Amino acid sequence: MSKLLAQPASGQRVSICLLAVALVLYPLVFSDAFYRDIGVTFLLAAISASAWNIVGGYAGQVSVGHSMFFGLGAYTPLLLYALWGWPPLVGIPAGILLSIGLAVIVGLPTFRLSGHYFSMATIAVAELIRIFVGTWALVGGAIGLQGPAIARGWWDLTFRGDLPYYYIFLAVLALALAVTYALEQRRFGYYLRAIKSSERAARSLGVPVRRTKLQALALSATFTAMAGSLYGVKTGFIDPDSGFGILVSVQMVIFAALGGAGTLFGPLIGALILVPLQTAANTWFGGGGSGATFVIYGGIIVLIARFEPGGLFDLWRRLAPLLRRRGHAA
Amino acid sequence: MVLVQVVVGGLLLGAVYALFSSGLTLIWGMMNFINFAHGEFVMLGMYVALLVVVWLGGGPAAFGLAAAIALFALGVAVYALLIRHVARGPMLAQILSSFGLALLLRYTAFWIFSANFVTLPQTSLAGTIAIGGIYLPVAQVVAGLVAVTLTIALHLLLTRSALGSRLLAVAEDRTAAMLMGIRPDRMQALTWGLSAGAAGVAGALLATAYPWSPSVGETFGLLAFVTVALGGFGSVLGSLYAGLIIGLIEAVSAYWLGAIYKDIVVYGLFVALLWLRPQGLMGKA
Repeated sequence: MSKLLAQPASGQRVSICLLAVALVLYPLVFSDAFYRDIGVTFLLAAISASAWNIVGGYAGQVSVGHSMFFGLGAYTPLLLYALWGWPPLVGIPAGILLSIGLAVIVGLPTFRLSGHYFSMATIAVAELIRIFVGTWALVGGAIGLQGPAIARGWWDLTFRGDLPYYYIFLAVLALALAVTYALEQRRFGYYLRAIKSSERAARSLGVPVRRTKLQALALSATFTAMAGSLYGVKTGFIDPDSGFGILVSVQMVIFAALGGAGTLFGPLIGALILVPLQTAANTWFGGGGSGATFVIYGGIIVLIARFEPGGLFDLWRRLAPLLRRRGHAA
Repeated sequence: MVLVQVVVGGLLLGAVYALFSSGLTLIWGMMNFINFAHGEFVMLGMYVALLVVVWLGGGPAAFGLAAAIALFALGVAVYALLIRHVARGPMLAQILSSFGLALLLRYTAFWIFSANFVTLPQTSLAGTIAIGGIYLPVAQVVAGLVAVTLTIALHLLLTRSALGSRLLAVAEDRTAAMLMGIRPDRMQALTWGLSAGAAGVAGALLATAYPWSPSVGETFGLLAFVTVALGGFGSVLGSLYAGLIIGLIEAVSAYWLGAIYKDIVVYGLFVALLWLRPQGLMGKA
């Protein structure tokens, strides 16, 4: 229990502040477009993995189809722009609302079932949507959709250069983490962890299991859709694979699981390690065509599952006291 | 007449779906574990067939057997090295282990074989036969018949043999089985071997009739989920019926609606099933 109830210790608070300062200063120190691009990619990955973490990590409902929310978030603003020229600033909330609706539609039936079913159902729904969107000409079919090429105003959220995006993404990440932290401290957070450790026990103690899972999924979908919409607006382009593809979902799971699923900063740490690694792998092996990046991803996931299911955060929590003791002895 | 041909073709392909899905349902039923890498086992079976034909010049019997043996060995190895350690651990570890394995196998295949579609060089199963006015490729007929036979054999092995009883005993109650002198690890390793072996043979059978690339594993994996969801988790006979039904639905919807819509129909069916009857047709509630 002590692990569950732990408040951030003063040492942790210092490292959180350092991390925040580092993230704010990063694009100013590394002004090269290449490094700023890595920074933006990292933030996007951290937002979506943190969003996944709410339902996948805290509540233990392992979704492998979160791309459905990401894709819906990315498609909606670009579709509203393509159809009626609506600015993305209006389209983004619309995408988030649609994603919450989708979360309820997917969650209501599947949350009656035990964990594995939920994983399978999420894959199936995401694939169904991906194929459907690929055949539907109105939403761009297999080719996809484009956003505003030149901004008509700031409300188009179409900027030159990565700097404005970087700070928008950073603000959204901070919001996602703040909301997660707030939930962690409240009854809702305890409900989630109770459901994760034993659904039956949680129900017998009066936890409204289905409602809590549904709320967690809706909240998770909200932030995932936000990440998707930011991706769509920033890239100015979306197609079925980059929006709804299974690898979009897989990345969220890996980032969160590597850092530590069900911990506040786990997904961020996972993204901090894997995004530069991915960029390096793409540079070494020449683009995504060879699939080398995903061989590494697969290997990492298998190793986490086999040796450290709690992720790096858990490993650190176990190693830190040992290291400290050794430090005192020496 | 065309419709009859479509229906028969769909049933023959469905029989192969039934064979690899019975492997997935076996592991689900025995261990309460979902193998997300099952489609990749099918894909590897296809490449084993290709390598045996190209390197050794083996015929259908040889590459079918080779795929069965190679994938059986892989299944046992995967169990011993990975699954045994996570099967009774946290759910996240269970899902991640087989999911990571799927990515590892799929993209290693990409790396080695490239993303291009390949076909098996012409085998002795080339050509078509005419049965009562409908024309079918020989390879498809052989694949369908072999798949039905093997699926029924697997069902009989589980329900009628002493080995099957031992496997079921472990699934029922691990500790009690252990007290009866059954080694659970050995039985579960065998389950994984049989499951992957079934997928491997199914892959070799599919390779005789269809072109493929490393990404087919994802398609077949999802198809196996749909089949198992329809047939009921843990029921080999259920997956036989379900495989045939899905092959039929796929063929007919491709014929009436167009090939791109057949996946929408099948996945839509899956989602509807999870909604309405999560225990499947033959499964227990």
